[in-house]
Amino acid sequence: MPAVPRVLVQAGPFDIGAEAARLQAGRTDVGGLASFLGICRGDGGLVAMELEHYPGMTEKALTRIAEEACARWPLTGCTVIHRHGRLVPGDPIVLVLTASAHRVAALESCAFLIDWLKTKAPFWKREEFAGGAGRWVEAKAEDDAAADRWAR
Amino acid sequence: MKVLYFAWVRQKVGVAEEEVAPPAEVRDVAGLIAWLAGRSAGHAAAFADPRQVRAAVNQDFAPPAHPVKPGDEVAFFPPVTGG
Repeated sequence: MPAVPRVLVQAGPFDIGAEAARLQAGRTDVGGLASFLGICRGDGGLVAMELEHYPGMTEKALTRIAEEACARWPLTGCTVIHRHGRLVPGDPIVLVLTASAHRVAALESCAFLIDWLKTKAPFWKREEFAGGAGRWVEAKAEDDAAADRWAR
Repeated sequence: MKVLYFAWVRQKVGVAEEEVAPPAEVRDVAGLIAWLAGRSAGHAAAFADPRQVRAAVNQDFAPPAHPVKPGDEVAFFPPVTGG
């Protein structure tokens, strides 16, 4: 039976320590836990980032991606938390945690999850700069290439 | 049919969602885009280059040839940029 992923889409922050502990709670078969924490950068005078999502579809898409990771790798657990709303530089945006008996499954599935969610989960970033100027972030070809390396 | 718009598609159209009743000859996503583009200057601007717009039908990504029918929830948005 593949692990059942924990998927959350929320405005508020998350606690990476508590989420890591949750993947280990009550079990002794976890040999490695990999993590990716995405953080809002402050490049080029960025003062804030507005993350829009599609309530309903976003949760569904993330769950599907996480279930794919659990089917492809022998994970004991996996957690994906993605924030929406207004974030400022330094704020955590996304957390991916994968737990497995061995490191390779944890590390590979963690990379897979962040690559796929960047190109397959309905979120849209709008950057706000000092003085009020704003622009929608454009999708990047290198993100598509990163996602494609996991194609089967 | 409920139509939702996100990100710059929403800003150009001017509303986040609307209820529409396209004629029977609108059978797929591409046909719906062509029909919606005629509704207002904002719609026309949003759909000026359909290649820049992605779609979902009933909350699943859908290509231009994907069928649409009354009662569907159809969403239009730019390529996603999360993570």
